[in-house]
Amino acid sequence: MNQDGYELVIGLEVHVELNTKNKMFCNCSTDYFGQPANTHICPVCLGLPGALPIINHEAIQSCMKIGLALNCTVAENSRFERKNYFYPDLPKGFQISQYRWPLCTGGWLEVSDMNGQANKIRINRVHQEEDTGKLTHSNRNSLVDYNRSGIPLVEIVTEPDFHDVESVRDYAKKLQQIFRSLGVSNADMEKGDMRLEANVSVRPVGSQELPDYRVELKNINSFRFMVAAIEYERSRQIAALEKGEELTQETRGWNEEKKETYLQRGKEEAHDYRYFPEPDLPELQVASQVVQIKKEMPELPEAKIRRYKQDLSLPQSAAQVLASDSNLSKVFETALEISAGKLTALTVANKLINSQNGASLLPEKVVQDLLTSKEGLIEDNNEISKLAQEAIKENAQVAEIYRKGKLTAIQSLIGVVMRKSQGKADAAKVKETLEKLLNSES
Amino acid sequence: MQITKLSLIETKQALLDKQFSEAELNQAYLDRIEKLNSKLNAFLHVQTNKVGIPAAIKDVISTKDIPTTAASKILENYLPPFNATVMNRLAAQNISVIGKTNCDEFAMGSSGENSAYGKTLNPWDLGRVPGGSSSGSAAAIAADLAVFALGSDTGGSIRLPASLCGTIGFKPSYGRVSRYGLLSMASSLDQIGTFTKTVADARLLLEWMSGTDNLDSNCLQEAFKASNTDKKDNLKGLRVGVPTEYFGQGLDQEVAKVIKSAISKMESLGAKIVEISLPHTEYAIAAYYIIMASEVSSNLARFDGIRFGKQRDQFGAEPKRRIMLGTFSLASGYYDDYYAQAAKVRTLIRQDFARAFTQCDAIVGPVSPTPAWQIGEKVTDPLAMYLSDVYTVPASMAGLPGISVPAGFVQGLPVGLHVLSKYADDETVLNVAEVFTEQTNFAKEKPDL
Repeated sequence: MNQDGYELVIGLEVHVELNTKNKMFCNCSTDYFGQPANTHICPVCLGLPGALPIINHEAIQSCMKIGLALNCTVAENSRFERKNYFYPDLPKGFQISQYRWPLCTGGWLEVSDMNGQANKIRINRVHQEEDTGKLTHSNRNSLVDYNRSGIPLVEIVTEPDFHDVESVRDYAKKLQQIFRSLGVSNADMEKGDMRLEANVSVRPVGSQELPDYRVELKNINSFRFMVAAIEYERSRQIAALEKGEELTQETRGWNEEKKETYLQRGKEEAHDYRYFPEPDLPELQVASQVVQIKKEMPELPEAKIRRYKQDLSLPQSAAQVLASDSNLSKVFETALEISAGKLTALTVANKLINSQNGASLLPEKVVQDLLTSKEGLIEDNNEISKLAQEAIKENAQVAEIYRKGKLTAIQSLIGVVMRKSQGKADAAKVKETLEKLLNSES
Repeated sequence: MQITKLSLIETKQALLDKQFSEAELNQAYLDRIEKLNSKLNAFLHVQTNKVGIPAAIKDVISTKDIPTTAASKILENYLPPFNATVMNRLAAQNISVIGKTNCDEFAMGSSGENSAYGKTLNPWDLGRVPGGSSSGSAAAIAADLAVFALGSDTGGSIRLPASLCGTIGFKPSYGRVSRYGLLSMASSLDQIGTFTKTVADARLLLEWMSGTDNLDSNCLQEAFKASNTDKKDNLKGLRVGVPTEYFGQGLDQEVAKVIKSAISKMESLGAKIVEISLPHTEYAIAAYYIIMASEVSSNLARFDGIRFGKQRDQFGAEPKRRIMLGTFSLASGYYDDYYAQAAKVRTLIRQDFARAFTQCDAIVGPVSPTPAWQIGEKVTDPLAMYLSDVYTVPASMAGLPGISVPAGFVQGLPVGLHVLSKYADDETVLNVAEVFTEQTNFAKEKPDL
């Protein structure tokens, strides 16, 4: 960024709501979206006198997965701490968070800047905390809904390594893909699953020093507005520096009507959160679980792109589109397997990328459509039944696994029939026939 | 037979033997409360039950649909929608709540004078304090107003009033009994315990109340189970440590005499007396007032005027003082000098005890430097008040089990003997205390009311 001889210096804080079954420190259900206010609450998430927190280990595992996906180290000793401040949506008067002893530290993520150049963004920390309740203001009343109070929240803090808005955009998009492929969050920005805060300052191009101030852009609930706010701040801060004004640490919000940022809190009003170790919770000693968690972690988008390019010879653009959506890549890989060498990876990829809703297509159908456009389809029930019986006989073990309840095992049998028919059997009928046979024999 | 003089174990047996009914049992205690509570102000709330074995519960323990005020105006109208874990465990043993007992507001105080609903008086001398903060529970058992009582001990709040009221006050090891439902004062120190008429009752109650609770992460997994039920009448083979630091300046000479004679008694019962040193004792109160106040400032933040109907100006002077102290100790730039330093001192105190317990099995000494003092005597001098906890705080900082048992009198006022043991070795504390109380008569003495 070279505009006016200044460059942006941006650090990001991303909060992501985890999709665990239970809240972070109690057994309340997290399935509160669209539910009536204050129906997913208990003494713990209401902060009633005498209630105590307990740790949701599913959330801790998710937090570690995020940390590992971002190349962080999981701490040998990590602690929860109390972040003390007053707000009506915070029933305990403190948030259980992490400060001196975060769960994961020292990672990085590669992002593309405005020139398409790849840069490593350093991740300072990935820590676990809890969400607050929600305030609604109407007329002269303020209503509090504590359904969201105690929902597990992971905070990811970067070093101030961003110098343009494109990198910020790419970072946010990549994080979203990582959350989704790890299956730890729906990462839906509209629903507030994923929230961004930016620390923005500017410095003369060529300077390597961090500016001695930073403006925190907070409570901006749309990615588009965040980008607009950063752009606005760049101009505002450059103009101020050019006028010889001194910029100070402050928190600013975004006024969408006026298309400008506005002061929320100055340096003097900065909170002192009085962090101290949460005495109601034991130390977290989970580093020993890292090996197991790494084993269970699915392939991440970056690795997938690499594999599609190297092993399947897909072009970068196609590999990126497929890998960015874990459902789409699943359809792609299943279809490719079913096609059993009759179709090239690129043919299948193009078909899916050009479809309106590739991620929700039935892989068998995709292969079918591509193949029938070449040759005739086997629809004869007897013929299919014969092949299905053969497939079951030859793969008795797989059939047994299916009968024991692992219904996805049928995919492998469908693949066998498709290969036997040289890809010509009607996939929907194959599935139906297999199911009939397997269920009648058990 | 006087029903209200019976211990928990005797009461259970008498009910089994149909010597009286549960209704008669409850009525006997209700009559006594009716007669004496106006004098003592031990209960803030009384329940007129006809069933169950009546227990008095300190008003900082959450009781479902029964007022729980922590003796504070802030919670004047609070009816908890849930029971503390201990209340559920006691209910399963047919224990009922006869009333909620007075205490220092949010368990903050050493004299019982900090209640928003008036001070509790000492049954042995109505002009003196009963000790705090579990003042009402101690007074209630001294005056036979319940079969037993629950209290909470953060820096001495069970042991000190037990000493001053001549009852048996037992604080189990930290985490031995679930804290779920105990209104938090200082989470890393708080522990629920008992006031009983016999040590055997304290042991039985610990068996009932202890054990893992998935609602309290700091609760010990194993339930307490007495390993040896054969009663002993001597202390042969026991090494009793006497810390030099607990007999220095500030200890009333008459109290020292009572404690020394108790130690001689233990020696005559076969115990081997060893002099030990706990060198960091002198820093315990200072470190305690930083850690405790820090946790208090955070734990009381939830009473912000939004959900419980009362503004923060309704806090009494002592909670306000501790909120201020704690807020200051945790402030940015001060944390390292105060909280972090205090945490280090805490580790040193733990190490003191660990070293001492290589030389002895139990540690004994005074509970309070003086017998019960005059009402109002220390209210204007918070530091003097804080120093009444000088012998109880170190064990709290280390999470150790401790008990106060009656050991004699100074000018008609009871004096308690403090017995401590290793972390999680609640059994030694109880066994030593039991032999001592059974081989002396002090625990049977009752105030003339």
